[in-house]
This record gives sequence, C-alpha cells and structure tokens, in this order.
Amino acid sequence: MKTEGVFSKTMLWVGLAFLYIPILSMVFFSFNNSRLVTVWDAPNSPTVKWYIKLFGDHQILSAAWLSIQVAACTATGAVVLGTLAGLVLSRFGPFRGRAFLQGLTTAPLVMPEVITGLSMLLLFVSLEQLFTAWFGWQFDRGFATITIAHITFTMAYVTVVVQSRLAGFDDSLEEAALDLGARPAKVFFRITVPLILPAILSGWLLAFTLSWDDLVVTQFVSGPGSNTLPMVIFSRVRLGVSPVVNALATIMVLIVALGVVLSAFLMRRQEQRRKREEQMAATG
Amino acid sequence: MKSGSRNSPSRDSYGRVSPLWLFLMRFGPPRWSEYVVKNWTGQRLVIAVPYLWLLIFFLIPFLIVLKISFAEFSPLGRPPYEPVFRWLEEGALQIKLLIGSYVYLFNEPLYVSAWLYSLKVAFFSTVFCLMLGYPMAYAISRSPPTQRNVLLLLIILPFWTSFLLRVYAWIGLLKTDGLINQVLFKWLGIVDEPLAMMNTSFAVYIGIVYSYLPFMILPLYSNLEKHDNTLLEAAQDLGAGPIKSFLRVTMPLSFPGIVAGSLLVFIPAVGEYVIPSLLGRTDQLMVAKLLADEFFLNRDWPRASAVAIAMLLLLVVPIMVFQRFQNKELQAQKK
Repeated sequence: MKTEGVFSKTMLWVGLAFLYIPILSMVFFSFNNSRLVTVWDAPNSPTVKWYIKLFGDHQILSAAWLSIQVAACTATGAVVLGTLAGLVLSRFGPFRGRAFLQGLTTAPLVMPEVITGLSMLLLFVSLEQLFTAWFGWQFDRGFATITIAHITFTMAYVTVVVQSRLAGFDDSLEEAALDLGARPAKVFFRITVPLILPAILSGWLLAFTLSWDDLVVTQFVSGPGSNTLPMVIFSRVRLGVSPVVNALATIMVLIVALGVVLSAFLMRRQEQRRKREEQMAATG
Repeated sequence: MKSGSRNSPSRDSYGRVSPLWLFLMRFGPPRWSEYVVKNWTGQRLVIAVPYLWLLIFFLIPFLIVLKISFAEFSPLGRPPYEPVFRWLEEGALQIKLLIGSYVYLFNEPLYVSAWLYSLKVAFFSTVFCLMLGYPMAYAISRSPPTQRNVLLLLIILPFWTSFLLRVYAWIGLLKTDGLINQVLFKWLGIVDEPLAMMNTSFAVYIGIVYSYLPFMILPLYSNLEKHDNTLLEAAQDLGAGPIKSFLRVTMPLSFPGIVAGSLLVFIPAVGEYVIPSLLGRTDQLMVAKLLADEFFLNRDWPRASAVAIAMLLLLVVPIMVFQRFQNKELQAQKK
C-alpha cells in the first residue's frame, strides 16, 4: 500500500508538471523582448511591448469581438436547447423515440470535429441552394451559420450536465407543486430551474468556452470575411511562433484562472453557508 | 351518430373512435393531425424543440454527406458534384450512385497509410494517457477530501484555457531552439546537437496526450472515488500484497472508468486535425487532414464525404460502446 501510494503521488506531480510547464513557459516568454520567443533576451527583458502590439492589432481585436458575440449567442442557445433536452430525457419517462434522442444528444460529444464541420457545411450549402431556388434569397455564411453549428455541438454538453444534475434530485418537489395546482410551465420555472441553476450556469460557461475555442467546425462553416479568433491564431502560428500570440495567451490564461478561482471561492462559501444553515436547522 | 365526448372530439362516450371521425379522417385531415389533437399537450412541444433541432442540424447533415459521397465529382461545378437525384423530363426519378470515391479510399496507398497511421497514433496516445492518467486519478482519489477538490481543479483548469493555445505552447518547447533543446543542449550539455522534435510522431503523441489527459483522468477519478476501501483491506488481510490486491481488486472494479476514459481519448484522437497540422509530420498525413485537404484544396466534395462516412463507420462501434457506458452511469446516479 505504501509503495503504491508513493508511486501514484509521484506520477500525480509529474502529470501536473506536464500539464502546467507549457502554459507557464508560454506566459513567461510573453515578456521576452526577442522576436524568437524562446531565446531569452536578458538585457532588454522583461518587456510589455508585445502586449502593446497586441492591443494595436486590429485583425486580432475584431476577430476576438466576433468570437465573443458568437460564443455568447451559442452559450445562450445551447443552454435553452440543452436544458430542454436534459429535462425531457430525465423527467418525461419513456416515450417513443427517447433512446434515439439520447443517442442524438450524446453523439456530438465524441464526434470527430472534421465530420461535424463537413456535414454542417454541406447542410448549409444545400439550404442555400433550396433558398435560392424557392425564394430567390441568398444568404451568406458567417455569423449565423457559425452560431448554429456551435449550438449543435455544444448543446450536448449542456444536456449531459443538466441531465446528471436532474438525476441527483427526485421529482417529489415538482410533483408536490403539480398537486398544489401549479401549471407545468410554472413548476418548471419556479421549482426545476432554481434547482438546476448551478448546472445551467456551468453549462453556459462550458458552451461559451467550447465555442470560443473551436477552430475546426468554424473553419468549415464560416464564410469569407468572418474570421473568429482561433482562425486568426491558427493562421499565424502555422507560420511559427509569434510573441503577440504569447501575450494573447497570457491574457486568456489569466482570465480563466481568475474566473475559476473566483467560482471555486463562491461555491465554497455557499457550501459553508448551507452547512451552517443545516446545522442550525438540526439544533433547532 | 353521436358526437364525441367533451374531452376529445374524436371519441364517443364509450371511448371508441367515432365513425364520423373515422370518415373525416379518411378524406379530411391526414392521420397525424388526429394524433396531435389527441395528445396535444405542452409536453409534446417541449420534446419537439430539441428533437427537431438535432434532426435538422445533426442527423440530416449526415444524410447529405452520405448522399454526396456517392455523387460524381465535377471540378468546375458549383457545388462541385453532379446531382445524385435528378427528375428526368418524363417525370421519372434518376438516381446515380457511384462508389468510385469509396473504392479510391481503399486502394490509394496515401489513404491506406493515413488510416493506419491515424489508428496507430490514436491507440498509442490512449495507452500513454492511461499510463499517466490512471496513477494520477488514483492519487487524487486517495488524497484527503480537502485536497481532492483543489487537485481536481488543477486538472480541469487547463481544459478551460484554449486548446489551440495549449498546442501552440508545445511549439515553443519542442522546436529546435525551443526550451527543451536549450535545457538539454546549452545548459546541461547532455545531447551533442539539438534534437529534432518538431514535425515528428513524437510531437503528435505529446500533443494528444497533453490535450486529452483531463478526459482520461475525470471518468477514472469518478469511478475510483466510489470504491469501497474495505475490499482492499479484506484482500490484504487475506494475504494479498499491494500489487496483487491492486491487480485483483482495484483494477477490475475500475474497468468502466478505464473504458470511458479510453474511448473519450481514442475517438477524437482518430479524427484529430489541429495537433497533427501544428506539430506533426509533413510527409505522413492523418485522416482528418486528408479530409480537410480533399475538401478545401482539391474541392473534391464526394471524396471528402466518403472519407467522413468511412471514418464514421470505423468509429460507430466505439461511439456506441461509449453511449452505453454513459447511459449506465446516468442510471446508476438515479438509483
């Protein structure tokens, strides 16, 4: 038991180092003066000149703005659809086509991105043909097509999160409300949604992150002129390392780290408050 | 003839479907409308919304891919393929299915080697992920509860930062004048010349293991955490050493976690596009890159679709196994 513990502990620290050294090195070299990124230019470093360059880079800034818009719309749409799907799957009992729906919601989780991207693009192309033939209306691929594609593959994640949260509760509260005469819609908004709110929030954040980060599906479904941030980053780093990308990465890592620490802190405080209340209720 | 009861216009007071309604149904509204009238509640609507979305944007696209994979490539067309279904002037439907794209997939050496290489990379990446991830998940599940959440947070944190940028970070480490070579060559002098690590299979393995490690650890952890320690104690009381009790008790119990984690790594790794294009070999393509090149560079949509369908067929079994485990997990949570 002892040796086994030592071995797995060591592996844990090796693994954590493996996970964090690349990120930390990326952050570190963003303050390097040299254009070569990884060759430390001691006399002139640290410097923030790449950050100044970053904030003057219109291509990156406009791409980031588009990505934020897409991700916000995606997360909201995915939360609505994913919550409905999660609710249907865990609360509506057996209905015809339930297994099929379950399959449809979990398949996008593991589907290789190139397949999703290709199939979505071919759908949009077919729709374009239909619309031009029937209504004489031509639509361009861009914001809308990217958002629809993102909603489709991110809603699966929301569904799983919501479904597993709902599985943790029995439906006695909802039943009680129904018995007291509340209409199903009211029960949903007054009982179910507050119960699964943490799942909905983390689902929103998850969908936002996945959309913000997606490259492959976006490359397929985006039209000319609509470049999201990952597309711009990809086209730059294909040519080699670039210190501006390091600066951008540092900012993104910082935001995520702050957000995660903050949410962990809030969750812990809430947990403590709940425990205190439980104790007070128990002691009377 | 009596009209229907108060609740439903289609049934008489005995609950039978009234003849009038049957008569109307035959000539009047189509069958499904009666079905909708009878069962029309908010529930149906709630089920319909996500269902329709997934049907339109997830299932139908696959049918379109399937259709186009049988189409004929016409380089100058817009879109660049001949229609599969065509109405002839006499009102007949002409269907032209070509399997040329599929035949090509299995005969062209470039394609065959890309398939084998993708499978090999995905398989060994999964094995490496398991070898690193299992001890990590085990250590987390055995640590005190207060530390556990912090450690889990540390595992999940990289997942929230950009995948693309994390792969990019490895370019800075692996390239000829990158960090690893500087440490090994300049500072320590262990190697005589900088190692060529970029654009090798080694870099692809590193990238995939690095990116998918959390997907391996989390299912394993949620399985290992539930284990009953008394079983291990019993095994040791009965004289099993640490290695034996691990192999005979812990390992078999964690089998569902191993399967779920491995599939979560293997399936996306087969279709990985970003990592091999940034870190991988230029002389040996993986299937996803082949698909993208076929689509974007050659504009051969039928062949790209055929690659997608073949990849899907290859992955159908692992995906279905994964879904079974996922459902079982959810059911277990419910109990």
